[in-house]
This record gives sequence, structure tokens and C-alpha cells, in this order.
Amino acid sequence: MSTRLATGGRLIDRTTPRHFTFNGKRLTGYAGDTLASALLANDQMLVGRSFKYHRPRGIVASGAEEPNALVGLGRGDRFEPNQRATTTEVFDGLEATSQNHWPSLNFDIGAINARFASFLPAGFYYKTFTWPRSFWKHLYEPIIRKSAGLGRAPDPEARDPDSYEHFHAHVDVLIIGGGIAGMETAKRIGETGVRVLLIEQDVDWGGRAPVDGGEIGDQPPEDYIGGLLASLNAMDNVSLRTRCMGAGVYDHGYALAYERLTDHTPAAKGPRHRLWRIRAAQIITATGALERPLAFAGNDLPGVMLASALRDYVVNWGVSPGDRTVIVTNNDDAYRSALILRRAGLAVPAIVDARVLPQDSPLMAEARALGIRILQGHAIDHVIGQKRVTGVALCAHAGAGGAVIDEIACDAVAMSGGWSPVVHLWSHCGGKLCWDETRAMFRPDHNRPPTGDKGQAFVTTTGAANGMFTLQEVLDDAVATAAQITKTPPMTSAAPQAQAQEEAPLAPVWMMPQGAGVHHRAKAWLDFQNDVKVSDVQLAAREGFESVEHAKRYTTLGMATDQGKLSNINGLAILSGALGADIPDVGTTTFRPPYTPISMGAIAGPGRGDTFQPIRRTPIHDWLAANGAEWEPVGQWRRPYCLKRPGETTHDAVTREVTNTRKNVGLLDASTLGKLIVKGPDAGRFLDMLYTNMMSTLKPGRCRYGLMCNENGFLMDDGVVARLDADTYLCHTTSGGADHIHAHMEDWLQCEWWDWQVYVANVTEQYGQIAVVGPNARKLLEAVGGLDVSRETLPFMGWVEGALGGIPVRIFRISFSGELSFEIPVKAGYARHLWDHLLSACRDFGVMPYGTEALHVMRAEKGFIMIGDETDGTVIPQDLGMDWAISKKKTDYLGKRAQARPDMARPDRWKLVGLETCDGAVLPDGAYAVAEGRNANGQRKVFGRVTSTYYSPTLGRGIAMGLVQNGPDRLGEVIHFAKSDGVTTIEARIVDPVFYDKDGEKQNV
Amino acid sequence: MSETQATPAMALGGAAFNGLISIREAAPQAMIALRGDLASIEVKNAATGVTGLDMPGPRGANWVGDRAILWMSPDELLILCPYDEADSALAGMAGCLDGRHALVTDMSDARSSFDLRGAGLRDVLAKLTPADMSRTGLPVGELRRSRLAQTPAAFWLKSETSAQIICFRSVAQYVFDLLKTAAQPGSAVAFFDR
Repeated sequence: MSTRLATGGRLIDRTTPRHFTFNGKRLTGYAGDTLASALLANDQMLVGRSFKYHRPRGIVASGAEEPNALVGLGRGDRFEPNQRATTTEVFDGLEATSQNHWPSLNFDIGAINARFASFLPAGFYYKTFTWPRSFWKHLYEPIIRKSAGLGRAPDPEARDPDSYEHFHAHVDVLIIGGGIAGMETAKRIGETGVRVLLIEQDVDWGGRAPVDGGEIGDQPPEDYIGGLLASLNAMDNVSLRTRCMGAGVYDHGYALAYERLTDHTPAAKGPRHRLWRIRAAQIITATGALERPLAFAGNDLPGVMLASALRDYVVNWGVSPGDRTVIVTNNDDAYRSALILRRAGLAVPAIVDARVLPQDSPLMAEARALGIRILQGHAIDHVIGQKRVTGVALCAHAGAGGAVIDEIACDAVAMSGGWSPVVHLWSHCGGKLCWDETRAMFRPDHNRPPTGDKGQAFVTTTGAANGMFTLQEVLDDAVATAAQITKTPPMTSAAPQAQAQEEAPLAPVWMMPQGAGVHHRAKAWLDFQNDVKVSDVQLAAREGFESVEHAKRYTTLGMATDQGKLSNINGLAILSGALGADIPDVGTTTFRPPYTPISMGAIAGPGRGDTFQPIRRTPIHDWLAANGAEWEPVGQWRRPYCLKRPGETTHDAVTREVTNTRKNVGLLDASTLGKLIVKGPDAGRFLDMLYTNMMSTLKPGRCRYGLMCNENGFLMDDGVVARLDADTYLCHTTSGGADHIHAHMEDWLQCEWWDWQVYVANVTEQYGQIAVVGPNARKLLEAVGGLDVSRETLPFMGWVEGALGGIPVRIFRISFSGELSFEIPVKAGYARHLWDHLLSACRDFGVMPYGTEALHVMRAEKGFIMIGDETDGTVIPQDLGMDWAISKKKTDYLGKRAQARPDMARPDRWKLVGLETCDGAVLPDGAYAVAEGRNANGQRKVFGRVTSTYYSPTLGRGIAMGLVQNGPDRLGEVIHFAKSDGVTTIEARIVDPVFYDKDGEKQNV
Repeated sequence: MSETQATPAMALGGAAFNGLISIREAAPQAMIALRGDLASIEVKNAATGVTGLDMPGPRGANWVGDRAILWMSPDELLILCPYDEADSALAGMAGCLDGRHALVTDMSDARSSFDLRGAGLRDVLAKLTPADMSRTGLPVGELRRSRLAQTPAAFWLKSETSAQIICFRSVAQYVFDLLKTAAQPGSAVAFFDR
């Protein structure tokens, strides 16, 4: 059984118990425990069921690479699936639940899948559930999804109550990994005074060294690490962060790090996670190495662990995963686990070593001296046990398995297949790998590093991540790396001398025994999380999936949440064996960020709740909000669709607003209207190029409506231009177009006409703007008083300046509704004053605010186009019958040449018309005018579409505008528009687009 | 401005928050954008004459009290002075620039401004802006035009414990909410105060 040892555990505080639950069972650990160590201390070996076969699974590793011990943490709004027990710190009140089991962890019905494992090989789903086709979506997929899968998704209605943040840091050197290599490098670089950020994913500094032992300059590693930490802390230019994982490396020295701030103290104030967005001139990955499992039959049974993890539990947390542990290895490092177990008073009945060494290595001799039985040239034939290990059956490694030599009773197996450098962060941005034959591993190829803007290497790597495994190698490499980065000779300060036992070379073992037969291969797991076995990868190779990327996707090897940290190298070695190719020729799959999963909250950072996105508010926003505004987004602005009164429907409100504006007077908050000042000796010439009509001839004090096209001739914006003085114009743009048109102007001024003397300023937000619209508009302004707005002084398309009710304003006499209308820009700080003034000036005139839908209805009644409704990026002014707004005199304007192209000039383009349904109903928006027959693609033939459609309260019927082939030539014709079912149609008559006051008398009073 | 007028409304009515640092919506201030050839004597005179301050170099901010010249781009300055002096400042600058191609626009109402005070302001800003907020990356007296989360903003440090932010008026609430979150208790980073 696994249990807490009486002594030991350098990371735990036995005086501080921590109470938590696992599947509702109350358990106790200590401060400093991970959930994994605390579960093992409570003999909870079985922690989950596998993805596909629902096999019982236990803890395999002790860190970020753990594939099996994934749990659901928390509940309700704080529930999170797929959290690794090995990296979760235990706290009081922690609630963990195991995953992928039904009805319970111990009795899982889905485990029956394992009985049929031979029917569920790689690609099984692709081959089997393809017919009949409709069954996949409705029958097969739902059932497979129920049986497969890991954690369940949180409740869609759950709302994460925690906060998250980003932090931007700019440093000279970012060092990822706080083991000996990273710390030694940081100290030496830090001493030169440059800005260093050193991050470590774990709680504690020093990495594996304190567990693996040895001596550095007469000190145990733990003391040496303490000294390093003290010197780093003393440097003002060095920042240190623990619980902070290097998640990804990107172009231009950009890196992401994921800091977990309060996961271990959920009651603490402040954000839960912080995403570090780092710009570093140089990145050093000191990310260590991961031990590889060995592929033997039954290697997934609870109780089989990585040899290094097993000794971690003993040394770090005082936990013994088993009373009797058999070690199985192809290298010397696993002997350290045997020695540590024996010294902790635990039994090691045998070390099964696949190698046959000519003479004992020092570690081997030490183990033998302790009386441990060493079986060289041996292998595990299979592991014995149901839900946990009860023993191992041994055979010769050279054989095919099945010929069992011996059986040894044990309750834990420690396996080691050698070590793989963590090359993920080196590889994220293009760093290449080379195959190290001696150590059977991929390590960074320093001749092909990730390169920056000048072709310089911006990532380097050091220590075990660089394939340097002994203490001395690690220290020497750190010194060399620091010297290379700081550009000082490496010998100025030599590395401290380390003592550690010399190790004999490993023998690559990708399958155990070497010639394992089919039954063994089908039980030898490569990817524990995704249930991929040796036999699956070999099958993929046989079926022609020769590329490692294809084999990965076919078998799902390495595609689980652990991204194959334990399985990748073993898997591709099996693949290369099956293909008869060399491992480096097969290569690795692509390493992609993040290194381990990071929370969605951290990615969103401040982008949630009130700060999900910037909402632009006008100076009148608060009044509108307090008076029934039904908001709609217009760009990032919020504008009122209508202002609902108690008991009203939206339709009622819009009808009331339109009717009142046509009868009395309406107020519109038009503050969002784009306002661009264009000034300079060349301003007129500039605007003549931007607008399709002539602006330079406009007189000061007058306004003119204009259209703006892009270089391809398509209509992009429209609005009224006012000439303020000889060389100053005010260009109004659409609400959504202000920033875009401003940028468009700057683009042409800076890139093409750089020698023209024109300056542009976007003054949109300097002014609130209020439209006063309706037959009583003039009377209302006269009641407020201060400015002569008579027809003589302020004719249609003119403007005046002055003070209205004591507030300085400009008044434009322009109309988008067809009514007598004044648009009044006022400094934003006074817009609300003026609004209140206009509302309260005189109750007799029937003044009433209106929203954007009333604005739309009224402009449609007048046949005025709306950018974004009548235009969609494929429409030219000529399509809209706006030839009158295109100057024939000008030699050029943006879009002119494009509009002369044959397709633009052809006579049968879809053109703007008005549409009236024969029964007075409202046409569906976007409906197509349909003809008989089908086109080459089998689609119904169409010859037009609805661009704007409304119920007109003024006319008491549905009105619409649309683009119809040869439309203006077909006035009076009845055509058919398809409803959304694509079958039934509505009849509509083509009419003039101006439905109301065709002669424009009302706006001219 | 007419005497009958009330004072201008602030976007957030003078909102304030105290957390890791204190944040306060600043009172209205005249902001005048000046575009022109910054090397020309007329443009220099327009800027320095109205403020009584020296011309700043690239990215520089020169200020005394509530008057400032901010270098915005190679052809743009932002002039700050008391709100009720905007009209006289505009007229004075126009006088200096007579005959020279330049653009002077009143932007006083287009912007909102926040005062930040406290030792952790570099940390708080670094949560929201991708700009380098270190002492060397943004020394006291240098203006940075950047963004705060998803919206444009300009800011400069007046001292190690005092900064001013200028943003668009329409997003004042968004910027204030961002700052409140970034300065929430328990969220200190202590990255820049080593």
C-alpha cells in the first residue's frame, strides 16, 4: 500500500494538516503536499479511468507531465475539469473528484470496453461508424462521446467569480526554469547588471537536484540552491517568480508565462492567475528533462510509476508509493530510486535492468552493496494485478515474452526508459532538434536556433533541457551559457566542482521485451491519457501513416491534455521501428504552446465583465439609459434603438417616435456622427480626390452631401461636408466610419500625397451633437433662443454659429429625415446641458427624443441610402442611382478609374429601387428576388435583393429598398421575393425609392 | 464661454478609487492639438508662448502646474492649460501661426483624464499597457502614446508616484473600470519597485 512514512519529506510541514475531499471522502494531508502526494499518503492509488477503455489508472509522475491523475476541482462556479493532481497544492477545503467513470471510480461499466480492446484499435471509429452516414451524427457520435472523454465541461450557466490579469514585462534576459541550471545562469548574467526575469513553475526552487543528490563545492545541492537564491534575491536587477510557468515562446522575443497566484489560497484577495506577456531580448530555456516510461505489458496499472517520481514522493513529501518496489530500467539513474527507497527502509526486491554491463557501474555497485538483487538482461513480461500492482512476471529482454522466468510480488513498479530534454519552449518558435545517439534523445540543435529580426538566435538553452544531465555538466553548461549571453570569456569564473556518481550509458529500450509479441504489444501503453498502445502505432504504420504527424492524428498519440509529454519519443521510436527508418528521419511532431494548459481566464485577463470591451458612451448616454433606451451596438458605441415607455413594445415605441417627429419635433442624440477637420492650402484639392463630387467649390457657410469610394470604386462612406473657412472643411462621416475614414485620409496624405499641405484632426468626441427634427423644430430653437434660425438667415444646407440658450453651438440645417431639421454640435461637456434645455424649453411643441430605428424608418421613407444597408462593399454609387453625386468635371477622384471597368459600367447591374408589397406586409430583410430555373450550381436563380425594409408608420404599410437587375427600368413591375424557407414567396411592386414628400417641401420650410 | 453657463460636465463626474494606488478623474482641462512643422519658429512660439514652457524633445512632456506641452508625434503637440483659457489660447496660437500651414484644434472636451498617485503605479499601468513601464523604458517626464487594454491612451509620469492618463471621453468608464481592476487590493506585482 502507499502510505506516509514516519519521517522525511523536505517540502511538507507535518505540524500543519490540510483537510480535503476526494470523491466526497474526507482525507488529510500536510501543508506542502500536492494533491497527488496527499492521495498517495492516504493509499488512494486509483485516481481515474482511462479515456477509451476506462482502465483503472494511478499516479505516474510527480510534476507537469502527469497524464493520469486528472481531477475535477471545486464545484459550481469554481468547478474546473482536468486539473493535474501532481501540480495542485493541497489546501483546506479542497474538493477533488475523479473523472471519466460511471457509476463509480471502483466499479466502472465502461471498463467493458477493455474486454473488447482488440475491436477498438487505432482508426476504429473512422472505419466502423461510416455507414449509414446519418447514424454518425445521431447515434454513433453521442454514444462514443458518452463513453470516451476526460473531465466534464463546467455548467454553461456557471460564471467564474475570480479575477485574472495580464502583466507586461520588458527584460533583457528571460530565464525559464528555476533549477540549478536556470539559477546559476541567472546569477552569472545578473551580476553584469542587465534586467533578468527568472521564472519557475513549481513552488520551490532548485528543480530535481535536492532529490537526486550529489555535492556542489562541498555542499549538498539544497544548501547550494539556498546560496544561489540568496544572491539572486540580493540583486535589484533580477526578478524571481515561482508558480510561474513559461507557457510559450513567440516571434520577436515575445513569451507568455502563467503565474498561479491564489490557487493554493482560494480565500486570498486579488487575481487568481496572472498572464505575463514578456518581451525579452534573450530567452534561455532551462526547463530540465522528463523521464520516459518503458513500454511493457500492463505498464498502465496503478502502482507503476516513473522511477524519478517515486523517489520524489519519498524525499519531497515523505510518501512511500509501495512497500515493495521493483525497479525496471535501461539506465543508471533509476538506481538512485532503489538507493533512496532502501535508505527509507522500504523493500526493493529486484532491479530489472534490460542492459548487460561488462562491469558494475558505481551506482550499480552501491545498490548491490545494499543487498539489492540486480537482474541484468531482464525485462518485465507483464505486470500482475487488477486495479493495482500485486507483482511482476519477468522474462529475458532479448525474447518475445511469454516465457516467464520469475514472478516477484510487489505493490509498486518504478520504471525508467531514460530522459528526454524538455525542448518544447526551444521548439515553439522554430528551434530545431538533433538526435543524440548516445543518450537516445532529441536535444536542441544550437546551429538551428529560433531567430529574431536580424537572424540572431533569441532563444538558447541550458542544463538538462540542453541534454546535460550530470551535476557537473549542468553547472558547466550554465557557466558557458551565461558567458555566451553576457559575451564574457567563459573561463573568467569557473563552474563549481560537483560530485556525483559516474553513470554507465543507457541502452535504448522502446519496447519490453525487445521482441514483444502481439499480446504483449497490445497491453503496452505509450500514451496513457489517450489509451494508445504499441500495437496501435504499429498498425498505423502498416496502414500507411508514415508521417509522424499523420500517425499522431490517426492514433491520437500525444493529442491529449498532456500533449504527449511522456509518450512522444517512445511513440515515434516505435513508429520508426515499424517503418524501418531512423528515429531522426521520422522526426517529432510539432511542439505548440502552451507547455501545459493555462486557464481561459488568464488568457482573457481584463477582457471580461465591465471591461470585456470598450463601450463608447456619448455625453447623453446616462439620460438615455435612464429613459428606457433599448441599446444597439453601432461600432463600439451604444445607441438607443428606441426609448421605450412603460408598457410599450419596441414596435409601439418606434411608431410613436416616428409619428411624433413627423407631426411635432423629435430629438436625436447624433453625437456618434464622425467629425473630421480637414485644413490646409490643399484641403479642397484633397477632398475633391476623396469625394466623388466637387467639394472645393463649396462656399464658406454652406454644406454639401458627398460620397466617398475606395480605390476599387466601391462606396465606403457618405456624409455632409461643411466649409468652415477658406482652407478648413468639416467632414461628417458615418458613426461607424469615423476612425476608418480618418485613417483612410492619413493613409493617402502620408503615403501618396505627402507633399500636399493638409492636416486632418478627428474631432468626433469634442462635440456632442443633437438633431432637432420636425415641423416644430424651428419654434423649439426660437424658444430656447439666442440664434436666428429663420429660413432667410439659415437656409437649407447652410450653417451658423452662436450661442443657443447661452451655450456656444454651431447649427447645421441638414436633414436625414425629410423634415425641417437642425443638427447642433456642442462641446461634449455641455451637450447634456443643451439636451436638458431643449427638452424643457416648451412643452407645447411635443418635443420627444427618438432612437436609431426611427431614424432608419424616416430615412427609408425618404429613400435615403444607409452605408452598410444599401452598400456592402460591392456597390458603387451608380448602382444607387447617385450619378448626380459624381462629378463629370473632375479629371480624377478615388474610384473613378475602377468605376469605368466593364463590370462596373455594364447596364444590367442590380440597381436601387423602392419596393412595396402588394398586401402591405413587411418584406424580410435580405430576401432575394427569385426567377424561374436554377443556375449551374443548382441554386435558384435570383435577380435582386432587399437592402432595407421597415414598417412605415407614416404610410401605414411595409416599405423597402432593394437592388434589382435593371430595376429603375422596371417601375410598376411585380416581382417575387423568397421567404426564409426558400420556397414561398411574397409579391412586391417596384416603385420609386422616395416614398414620402417626393418634392422635398417639408425640409425646405 | 458665456457667463450664464454651468461648468462642463465631466464624463464620470469626478470618479475616484483607492486601491494599490489612488485613481481620480481629473478636472476638465484645456487640451489643444497643434499640428505643424515642429521645427518652425511660428509653431514653437505658438506652443511656448501660450504655456510659458520650453519645447519638449521627441516623446517629451514639459509641464508646470496645469500647463504642459506634450510631444505627440513628429508633427503634433498637445497643449494643456486651464479649461477656461481654451478660447484665448486658441486665439493666441492662431495669431502666432498666421500665414503658416498648421492646424490648431480644441480637444478639451474630447478627452478624459485620470490622475494616478502611489508607489505602485508602474505596476498598475504595466497590467494594461504593452509599453515598457520600467524606469528606463519610461522615465519621468516622457510621454507614451500606447493603449490601455483595448483602447488608445497617452500617459506620463510626473514623478515616481504620480502619473496622468489621457484617453477618449467616450471610453472614460471603460478606462476607469480597467484601472480599478488593475489596482485591486491583493494584486500587487512588485516588479518595478525592486
